[in-house]
Amino acid sequence: MTISERIIFALLYIVLAPFIIGLLDGFDRKISARMQGRRGPSVLQPFFDLKKLFEKEFLTANKMQLFLIRSYLCFIVLSGIIFFGGFDLLLVIFSLSTAAMFLILASTATHSPFASQGTSRELVQIMACEPMELLVAVGFYLATSTFTVSDIVSKSTVANIRYLPGFFVGFVFILTIKFRKSPFDISTSHHAHQEVIKGVTSEMVGKEYAMVTIAEWYENAILLGIVGLFFVSNNILTVLGGIIAILAIWFLEILIDNTSARVKWQLMLKLAWGVTIVAAGMNLFLLEIIRG
Amino acid sequence: MAKIHKSPWLIHYDGSSCNGCDIEVLACTTPVYDVERFGIINTGNPMHADIFLITGGINSQNESVVKQIYEQMPQPKVVIAVGTCACTGGIFKECYNIKGGADTVIPVDIYVPGCAARPESIIDGVVKGIGLFKEKAAALSAEKKAL
Ligand code: SF4
Repeated sequence: MTISERIIFALLYIVLAPFIIGLLDGFDRKISARMQGRRGPSVLQPFFDLKKLFEKEFLTANKMQLFLIRSYLCFIVLSGIIFFGGFDLLLVIFSLSTAAMFLILASTATHSPFASQGTSRELVQIMACEPMELLVAVGFYLATSTFTVSDIVSKSTVANIRYLPGFFVGFVFILTIKFRKSPFDISTSHHAHQEVIKGVTSEMVGKEYAMVTIAEWYENAILLGIVGLFFVSNNILTVLGGIIAILAIWFLEILIDNTSARVKWQLMLKLAWGVTIVAAGMNLFLLEIIRG
Repeated sequence: MAKIHKSPWLIHYDGSSCNGCDIEVLACTTPVYDVERFGIINTGNPMHADIFLITGGINSQNESVVKQIYEQMPQPKVVIAVGTCACTGGIFKECYNIKGGADTVIPVDIYVPGCAARPESIIDGVVKGIGLFKEKAAALSAEKKAL
């Protein structure tokens, strides 16, 4: 990958990701409504929400919060640039967890009991997801002997899902947590139902909440990008397969969201780690044996 | 009505209502009435809310709560009193602990009468509220520009 290609991909990500994911979010709300026998809002609703949030008066108990949320947004965008620019996958994962720390700090900045409640649950979620995210990077390394995203694509002659089915299953499992879908929307969710006010975003007003939403869209773009990475090889046609896989997983998440009730955080932790250990662990073991 | 593409988020507070009006408010979110088609979300967080729906009258215990919720909502905001109790105190008006309607503690913009208020009239009230919300938002941004 030449440097100009990297820059183009990174720029495309910065410009297009919020629009594409925002639109997917709109379709999510529409499809969810249809599944529940309702008409649902317009598909552009997430953008109307954003516009309104930016127009609201800005009230805050601690000015620091805005700074922390801006940093959160910057780190997420940075992670995306690293990923879509084709750099190190491991770095993407680390930079995403740094971003999450800023979100945690922002939510605790106001000392609100509701936000603290959300924070402690967010931390549990991070604990549940993080091992799997790291293992995905390890899986790609075992399959392709490189952590560099551009090399993972250019060096593989077949889609890596062939070698990494267990990692894929584990990753899709934690995506439900990452997208804040039922049954794992422990700390905050985007739909009418919610857990203890609004979790980490309880104290975020107007533009702060809007920025968190945009950051989440950028983050979802990276996560869906990783889903695509499982299906893409050096054959350009496989990009199509990647996009189909992304849309299928997106639909699967909506289906899970609308058909499952909520679980408690203890069960979430056990389930997430269980799936990580069984699916990814078995896969890792087999890959090691094959590699000899 | 389909043209109203805004995103009014509601917070619903139950004052000293008999729960009749609350059930009707919740009925609005069911598939039959589906308020989400107007972009309406029922949030539990005053800091994210644009429209404050109050049911039931004000008594000395919930007075401070209503005030606090109102103050935590960022501008622009709209208050809708749902049901006769929230409008005037209704059937409980003469009770020793009741102060009266919601307007005894905070400014109310829209009154939705009825005992209980029907979901259709609640939705009508909210749609009126959206109109008012737009006006207030415009006034606020004009004010910001003038500064
Ligand atoms: S207006 Fe009627 S239904 Fe509504 S809270 Fe009062 S008494 Fe109950």
